[in-house]
Amino acid sequence: MSVELISANHAAALGATLAGRANRTARGFCSGVYPITPTTECMEYLCGQEIEKGKVVRVDSEHSAMGVCIGASSAGARSFTATSSNGLAYMLENCVAAASYRLPIVMAVSNRTLGPPWNIWADHGDSLLLRDLGWLQFYCADNQEVFDTVLCAFKLAEDPRVLMPAISCMDGFILSHTMAQVEIPGQKLVDRFLPTTKVPHRLNKSAHTLGQLEIPQQAVAHRTQHHQAMLAAVQVYAEIQDSFEEIFGRRVADPVVAYHADDADTLIVSMGTIGTTAERVVDQLREQGQRVGSIRVRMFRPMPENDLRKYFAGTKRIAVLDRNISLGYGGVLWGEIRGFSDPDAIVQGYMVGVAGGDVRREHIINLLTDLQQCKTESAPKIVEVA
Amino acid sequence: MNEPALHGMAQTKKDRSAPVLRPGNTNCGGCGMSNLLQMLSRAAEDSDIKIVIPACCAAITTGVFPESSISVPTILTTFAAGASVATGVASVAQLNNEETRVICLAGDGGTYDIGMGTLSAAAERNEDILYICYDNEIYGNTGGQRSSATPTGASTTTTLGGKSEVKKDIMGIMAAHHIPYAASISLAHADDTLRKLRFALNVKGFRFLHVLAPCPTGWKSEPAVSIELVRLAVRSGLFPIFEVFDGDHYTINIEPDFSSEALLMYLSLQRRFRKSGVTEEAIRPNIERYWHQLRAMSGRIMPAIRNIKAD
Repeated sequence: MSVELISANHAAALGATLAGRANRTARGFCSGVYPITPTTECMEYLCGQEIEKGKVVRVDSEHSAMGVCIGASSAGARSFTATSSNGLAYMLENCVAAASYRLPIVMAVSNRTLGPPWNIWADHGDSLLLRDLGWLQFYCADNQEVFDTVLCAFKLAEDPRVLMPAISCMDGFILSHTMAQVEIPGQKLVDRFLPTTKVPHRLNKSAHTLGQLEIPQQAVAHRTQHHQAMLAAVQVYAEIQDSFEEIFGRRVADPVVAYHADDADTLIVSMGTIGTTAERVVDQLREQGQRVGSIRVRMFRPMPENDLRKYFAGTKRIAVLDRNISLGYGGVLWGEIRGFSDPDAIVQGYMVGVAGGDVRREHIINLLTDLQQCKTESAPKIVEVA
Repeated sequence: MNEPALHGMAQTKKDRSAPVLRPGNTNCGGCGMSNLLQMLSRAAEDSDIKIVIPACCAAITTGVFPESSISVPTILTTFAAGASVATGVASVAQLNNEETRVICLAGDGGTYDIGMGTLSAAAERNEDILYICYDNEIYGNTGGQRSSATPTGASTTTTLGGKSEVKKDIMGIMAAHHIPYAASISLAHADDTLRKLRFALNVKGFRFLHVLAPCPTGWKSEPAVSIELVRLAVRSGLFPIFEVFDGDHYTINIEPDFSSEALLMYLSLQRRFRKSGVTEEAIRPNIERYWHQLRAMSGRIMPAIRNIKAD
């Protein structure tokens, strides 16, 4: 175990490298990569690594990057890629395919606003494009979490009860380019944590065809299997947390990260780095005697509904902070979790930090002041944080 | 013309024990791709092959899950991802020291049009892939729309009066990538086709094969004359049969007679050329221009002598 001062981009790439090497005794590691701000350093770092029985293909587009990952994974190798924003949008068609093939590909996403007009700053709208495709989704709040989540994502994605692709998201620049201390385990520990990749339906000797035509009944059967496997991933993740703790001696973060939530009458719910700012706000307001707590939704797919219901029970006021906007509706997170609260609770949606606005403590405090004055829930509010 | 006999492409002792394309598949009668897969069955008699098929007729050929008309491990990919998925499969085979030949089987839409960028990139990286384009000169799967492989004068559902532009020169494009091997294949010349398939299967690096694949449904021709149509396309010079090694060494394999008879017969046997009324005079300059360039590239100013050893 060593401690290194690295960016989250490098942390993700290092996680993938260690995971890749861990599969050297099986079918190896193969990755397709293509640069895009702010994920470029992740793929650059990966290109610079020596990976035994590993190959990193420098392809012509994100579409091809996912294509290579699909080919590699369908041939039984461990596979990883990284992208952002329009890169993810360009890759999307193959993301659909990767999920439907049930291939355990892991992807790091540095969240960035979709363009044009061009904007390179953080917004969750890019990875949320994958919301309904059958990808496991995690939103991280610090560099250590990015590293840990990449390792856990491989284990979760490759679990025979789950078997589907996963993405680990980090806010562009806010995390992707920020250097912080990250505990890096040695290869031997990672080998113990990550068993070799087994893709049971890989292209092998038998003459089966992947991705064929299906009639509606077959498609529904496959979707049902996929949906159930996704729901089962919550429990599998809990097992992975235990295994992670046993091997690395520390616990990887929960699907829902709660901060002073148990006795709170007001909750701030968010994803990604806004969550850590919210925790500082909680500290500040608790000093003033206010019973405020923070909920950070780390696992977004599958949605950890039971955990959220548990924390929401008895809470009267909930501010949902979305760093995204589903035009014509409101924040995506708000839309998804408003049904989990008590019927008489006010669940107010705020779209804050959209398209890269810098969300600071005073912004969140202002939102809470607004929430306290609400008599009833109103339409989600777009908050400018310039 | 000295053409080898077709000597029956039915299942024989020389073929793979299980044909690549199984009996009972749903391909149209007279489909060029069916013929190609029959020949591949013989050429890849004892090779370990895996097939990558982007969206195209061949993807439909495999049939409905869980049965498959293709008897080797196969993955169907998105339209533009044939060459990239094949890259992944081939890379992993290479990492594991396997002798697997990864074949990407794509139509002209997935090759000339939507998959062009992916194909070009895989060729530039010289991935260890055998890329076979079966070119039926339309989007056959969607009912026959114009592609950049559609020839001048051909009616499609999106060029009702006949296409006015010239067919894209795919062999020129692939040769310009200086890949180890690129060749055009005539389904009417079985010996030449088998030789090229066998050679291409065993070359390392990126190999490209261009196959003119008649589509009776889209070409509005009789299924029984498909092979004859290919023969006429070759005889007339419309579909040159040649191979390119490393992008610079050109060899012309079959010398056309450039006869008006062959060209007119080729046009008249397909109703797709009827509406535009495209004439020999309109097409001839294109043929001549292409052959002029081909002769220059192959270093021959005289007609090539056929020098293919009979199988």
